[in-house]
Amino acid sequence: MSNPPTANGLECAGLVKTYGGVTVLKEVDFRVRPGTVVGLIGENGAGKSTLSSLITGVVRPDGGSMTLDGELYAPHSPSDALRQGVVLIHQEIRLLPELSVAENIFLGRLPHSRGRVDRGRMHREAAEVLSSLGVDLDPRRPVRGLSMAVQQEIEIAKALSRHPRYVIFDEPSASLGESETEHVLDRIRALRASGAGVVYISHRLDEVREVSDEIVCLRDGARVAEWADGSVPTEDLVNAMVGREFTYQHVAPEPSSDRVVLEVRGLSRKGAFAEVDFQVKAGEVLGIAGLVGAGRTEVARVIAGVDRPDKGEVLVDGRRLPCSSPRSAIRAGVVMVPEDRKGQGLNLDRSAAENLTLPWERELATAGVITPKAVRGIGTQQRERFDIRGDMGLPVKSMSGGNQQKVLIGKWLIKDPKVLIVDEPTRGVDVGAKMAIYEIIRSLSEQGIAVVVISSELEEVLGLAHRVLVMCQGRQSGILDRHEATPQRVMALAVPAGTDATEPATADATSAPNHVHVTGR
Amino acid sequence: MSTLNKATDRGNKKATASDRASTSASGGGSLSGLRSSGPVDVALKVFRGLPGPLLGLIVVMVALSFLSPFFLTQRNLTNIVSQNADIGIMAVGAALVILIGGIDLSVGSTLALSLMTSAFLYRDQGLPFTLCVVIGLLVGAAVGLVNGVLSTYGRIQPFVATLATMSAAAGLALYITNGNPINGFPSWYLTITSTDIIGVPFEVILLVGTYLAAAFWLKYRPSGRALYAVGGNPEVARLSGLNVTRLKIGVYVVAGTLAAVAGTIVGSRLDSAQPTAGTADLLNVIAVVVIGGASLSGGSASMLNTFIGLLIIGVLNNGMSLLNVSPNLQPVVIGVAIIVAVLTDRGSRRRQST
Repeated sequence: MSNPPTANGLECAGLVKTYGGVTVLKEVDFRVRPGTVVGLIGENGAGKSTLSSLITGVVRPDGGSMTLDGELYAPHSPSDALRQGVVLIHQEIRLLPELSVAENIFLGRLPHSRGRVDRGRMHREAAEVLSSLGVDLDPRRPVRGLSMAVQQEIEIAKALSRHPRYVIFDEPSASLGESETEHVLDRIRALRASGAGVVYISHRLDEVREVSDEIVCLRDGARVAEWADGSVPTEDLVNAMVGREFTYQHVAPEPSSDRVVLEVRGLSRKGAFAEVDFQVKAGEVLGIAGLVGAGRTEVARVIAGVDRPDKGEVLVDGRRLPCSSPRSAIRAGVVMVPEDRKGQGLNLDRSAAENLTLPWERELATAGVITPKAVRGIGTQQRERFDIRGDMGLPVKSMSGGNQQKVLIGKWLIKDPKVLIVDEPTRGVDVGAKMAIYEIIRSLSEQGIAVVVISSELEEVLGLAHRVLVMCQGRQSGILDRHEATPQRVMALAVPAGTDATEPATADATSAPNHVHVTGR
Repeated sequence: MSTLNKATDRGNKKATASDRASTSASGGGSLSGLRSSGPVDVALKVFRGLPGPLLGLIVVMVALSFLSPFFLTQRNLTNIVSQNADIGIMAVGAALVILIGGIDLSVGSTLALSLMTSAFLYRDQGLPFTLCVVIGLLVGAAVGLVNGVLSTYGRIQPFVATLATMSAAAGLALYITNGNPINGFPSWYLTITSTDIIGVPFEVILLVGTYLAAAFWLKYRPSGRALYAVGGNPEVARLSGLNVTRLKIGVYVVAGTLAAVAGTIVGSRLDSAQPTAGTADLLNVIAVVVIGGASLSGGSASMLNTFIGLLIIGVLNNGMSLLNVSPNLQPVVIGVAIIVAVLTDRGSRRRQST
């Protein structure tokens, strides 16, 4: 941490990165000086993570160059970058649960003497790093069983134990509550005070504004805007991120009929959520908002038959669902587009067309036989309907995120469902595909399908839904009509009343739900 | 359009190179990239586009036809197939199990147990022989059912579950007759492996029929096609409304039954039921499937390639016997073949996607 006074920081000039013919980073210039925090913002797929991967040696650039304190810097691996004092704190926590806290911190460079691990020294040094972070934790205990927030602290301790000169935080707050996030921000400020250069990547614009000395915005792989300090209005940041042509407003016309299609009564699942009640009419879009871990996805999974409820019932067209398997829900006309496209939605090695037909092969078969021609036909049909770009006969992993998402949505719309649940429908897709997906959701509700939209992006929920159900710590904290659903009111319902978000989102059946405003319809 | 194709192709290459090589299960030669004019070029590209296993088979057969004058005779070639009919039929089941991301170590012991059961019921209990064979098949299905239930409802890893049933079935097979073989079957039973139907041995017809039926199931029947989804990503399959548990159990039952079918062929060929029959076949069976390009992590396997894998093993063993290679060295060659097959298969997949 002895930067020469002439140090001009970490500087990237004209960085280019291409993946499979698609340029994801277009001649980006970027600079971070010692003792400053640069906020890096942009939509999913804008190139933020690619840029941080280039800087930390995870991948190598196809063009451009980097200098570190005036010297040429071309890391060929993350460990090479580490040696030169550049470290990435990843958004996913990657600790080995069976190893001790200290072993995780010193993984790959355990202190040793005479051919044996020097446990005394390791534990002492780990304790020093942890206490310097203000974490009270026994370095000897295994990581298993520690909360996400503590694990994130260990990740940070691991990075800082190497005394880096440049630290890149890639969405460290994605899975954290508010008070823990504040902790991370304190860490960043301390790093800055000690003379390190920090790049802070986050979707939470308020945090970025709070902590950054300088904000840089990427869009579609290019640097589109920068601000010299954090005092810019959030709207400016959003506009720069999404470009001007973008709008979240895709609300379908008010449903014409009052026919209730989906009704959920007193639905509870232990450890996930409790006492959820709502109705969705034909042609209505219900948004579900809430912080990560509030139980939104868990509710959707129970309705779609993936998990079983402990209490309550789900009715579709007045008939009670067995809630026993995805298959039973699909038969009743309830389909869900899951949030995890790769883990739950698509079989990436199979062709797009085969992914589309997977749930429907029994219906599509004639005399028990389904022909490749029939599968191709469905593929062509859905490609035209949803404007999917790419070869439907190739493995679906060859497509871009946006087109994969369209395939996933198309998979559930081969037969018109009664209820469509979409969980994070635009995660990891570009702006163009995002707009297309909003249009699809809008047109489906116009057709009279009851739609439930879950999203962590508040604007997305507000832009699509007729009504917004807000969840907080496994509880339904209110349902707002569209005209009363301002971001402030939704957030007021979404943030736990005690303002302390360290409590895990458990559904404690005895605690009183903080109903603020419920429009019972 | 062509630039678009190129782009996706390149993306594809990237993915195959970094991920486990398991893209196209059919392994059909992709000829879409043919743009050159020279016939040599075309031939070269067609050759490079062939799936790895077929390429290996052609190389081995060409080499052996030069090395031995007896190799390329009709009789020898028929023998290769009929001698390996039992392993081939078991390999169908093993390929299906591997396709869904499982493994079945119990096939060989299942063969022995079902064969000994039917022989014991025929000789010591005096039941009609046809009934005994049917019961033997049911025993095979029952072992498969146990495998399936243990690895789904029991949540035991298939390797461990089938290791246990392998041990148990092998023990039971010995226990039935205290380790003694049973001889003396009805003569019609022996004709199974000595009858030719229009010049083709009956067990070859049974073998090819099994492969065709399995291939049809995997390509055209919803439940067969679903196996690719189950092996590729069970959670995706479950969320798509497939009954993953039932499909998995079904596959283990099929594998057990096919082991029993292989047992009837072995019994007929030897005119004897040996309690240790089939126990040495396990590694051959898995070798056939692996040489056929299936990935042990599931989601990819094809009947055509498994059949080619069977032919490679059969041809190699046969060729080595013709060339008087020491029987002790033959497993070494099979070991080398497995590695070569897997490496060339990976290479050909990469070439196909460029």
